[in-house]
Amino acid sequence: MHADEFIHRPAGMVTHEVETDILIIGGGTAGPMAAIKAKERNPKLRVVLMEKANVKRSGAICMGMDGLNNAVIPGHATPEQYVREITIANDGIVEQAGVLAYAERSFEMIQYLDSLGVKFERDQTGEYNVRKVHHMGTYVLPMPEGHNVKKSLYRTLRRLRVDITNRFMATRLLTAPDGRVAGVVGINSRTAEFIFIRAKAVVLACGAAGRLGLPASGYLFGTYENPTNCGDGYAMAYHAGAALANLECFQINPLIKDYNGPACAYVTGPFGGYTANAKGQRFIECDYWSGQMMLEFHRELEGGNGPVFLKLDHLADETISTIENILHTNERPSRGRFHAGRGTDYRHKMVEMHISEIGFCAGHSASGVWVDDRARTSVPGLHAAGDMASVPHNYMLGAFVCGAYAGESAADYCAQVDLPPYDKDALLAEQARVLAPTQRDDGFTPHEVEYKIRRMVNDYLQPPKVTRKMEIGRERFAEIREDLSALVARDPHELMRAMEVHSILDCAEMAATASLFRTESRWGLYHHRVDYLATDDENWFCHSLLEKQADRSMACRKQPVTPYIIDIPQAERGSYQSLRVAVAAE
Amino acid sequence: MPFANFATSVPVTVDAGKCIAGKGCTACVDSCPLDVLAIDNEKGVAYMRYNECWYCTPCKVDCPTGAVDVAIPYLLR
Repeated sequence: MHADEFIHRPAGMVTHEVETDILIIGGGTAGPMAAIKAKERNPKLRVVLMEKANVKRSGAICMGMDGLNNAVIPGHATPEQYVREITIANDGIVEQAGVLAYAERSFEMIQYLDSLGVKFERDQTGEYNVRKVHHMGTYVLPMPEGHNVKKSLYRTLRRLRVDITNRFMATRLLTAPDGRVAGVVGINSRTAEFIFIRAKAVVLACGAAGRLGLPASGYLFGTYENPTNCGDGYAMAYHAGAALANLECFQINPLIKDYNGPACAYVTGPFGGYTANAKGQRFIECDYWSGQMMLEFHRELEGGNGPVFLKLDHLADETISTIENILHTNERPSRGRFHAGRGTDYRHKMVEMHISEIGFCAGHSASGVWVDDRARTSVPGLHAAGDMASVPHNYMLGAFVCGAYAGESAADYCAQVDLPPYDKDALLAEQARVLAPTQRDDGFTPHEVEYKIRRMVNDYLQPPKVTRKMEIGRERFAEIREDLSALVARDPHELMRAMEVHSILDCAEMAATASLFRTESRWGLYHHRVDYLATDDENWFCHSLLEKQADRSMACRKQPVTPYIIDIPQAERGSYQSLRVAVAAE
Repeated sequence: MPFANFATSVPVTVDAGKCIAGKGCTACVDSCPLDVLAIDNEKGVAYMRYNECWYCTPCKVDCPTGAVDVAIPYLLR
């Protein structure tokens, strides 16, 4: 009934031009905190927060969050201990300065969020009720009333007079002749009006690349990540010339099968819940998500004792009521409805689990835009924060802290520079690229092209990784790239999807290229190459950085790991390698 | 236009008797991260225009009259 809107109202007829000091792209978790901290640093700065959806309800935490996974709270953990844990959990490939910068500000950020009205669990004496889930330290702080995080952020953004533009999707960054970032081009998802925002500094906070693999259900939007987080931040950073780190370290998470939301074994762990095989037996010592844990999970899933379940049916009724209250009101509240539909009551039945589709997400693994300890990318003036920035295992609290660093760093950078010049031809070329799908009346729909890319991602890139398969995958992606010039969008909403398809294909090519580059296995299942099964520290104890080359081709290079600030005792280095529970002979 | 119409069920449904979109309310449309909801101006009722649902439920929670229901998409149920 609404098809072919563009016949009556051509897209791109209006271009809004905006000038600002700081532009933040993405209003989910890291983005709002970047805006808040930039304004607190210098209230006179103009700060624009650009969001594809609506800042009130956008991003991974649109329905809140059920807990902090990595709280570094005095008396429970030290920053040094946390840095050791993450260094080991990520097989040694970390820039410790970034992890330490997070850890040192973790507690301050919890207190700051508390002051904004975000609620954390406290014990009877009023202390934060921190629980142990990780293999070594104690870092988990439940948020049974964590459904209001976004409201608290939104109130603060309004109070600090941050300018918010909702429903504009960024499509490309523009750079100055000297290479620094100069602004962004975007398109409105309801009117197809253009926006061109010039800025002195830009913060990318666009979330994970969550629409890379296809969920086993085949439903394009039934992803682990909020599907708005399609990888457009990764693609924009790439095209602006930024380096991206360790993209072969995929995100793969344990999930409730079909529902595809987190089973949250680590939330239930402190209450006595755990991940079990079909016999109800524990098979991993630690439910904290790591590549090694996922490899054991995958082996059990595919083995004779599979599939894998979340086991709660041995717990007391009141304990289960508490768990239901946390899991069915926060983060993914429709989970209760899913269980009801299948007749699954935690009291009587284990919950069948599965593994997620692949994606990029440093928040859970380590695949992100390369940033230093102040969230600066390799492009001057361009910052990245949250799930898309390369600080590993950073989760929600890391997104807030990294966002804070990004906002403050952007504010400081603004004091040193004028508004950069930009390339008018690049602006016109980008507008032409975006408008192209509206000017065809024959071709392929965004849905079918997206489905094909993501099905190929599953077929050829999903671990266990095989060299020849990944090479074939790259051939298929190159063929599909030709199809992008036949994409058709019949209304502004489809145009948004069409431009997302461009980003998804970019991410698929990046995933293949990075995976082929690292000729070893590392990070458990995340980069499990069956034709290079060994971890090769001699040649591959390094980051891989992927960049767009001068000839527009895509290539990777090695980047040494900066010498550790915090020493890792030899005895601890392998502690995430022995997660499987030892089974006594029957 | 040589495009097929591929019909599917929709997970988000709106009770026309409760919906006050006709009085100018756009709460569910505003809150959807995927922007899949719209207002039918002739009927004055919100509806799901694109089957691209993350079953995340801000539309249901933010509806002032309890008119919106979010089912799990059929393929996942």
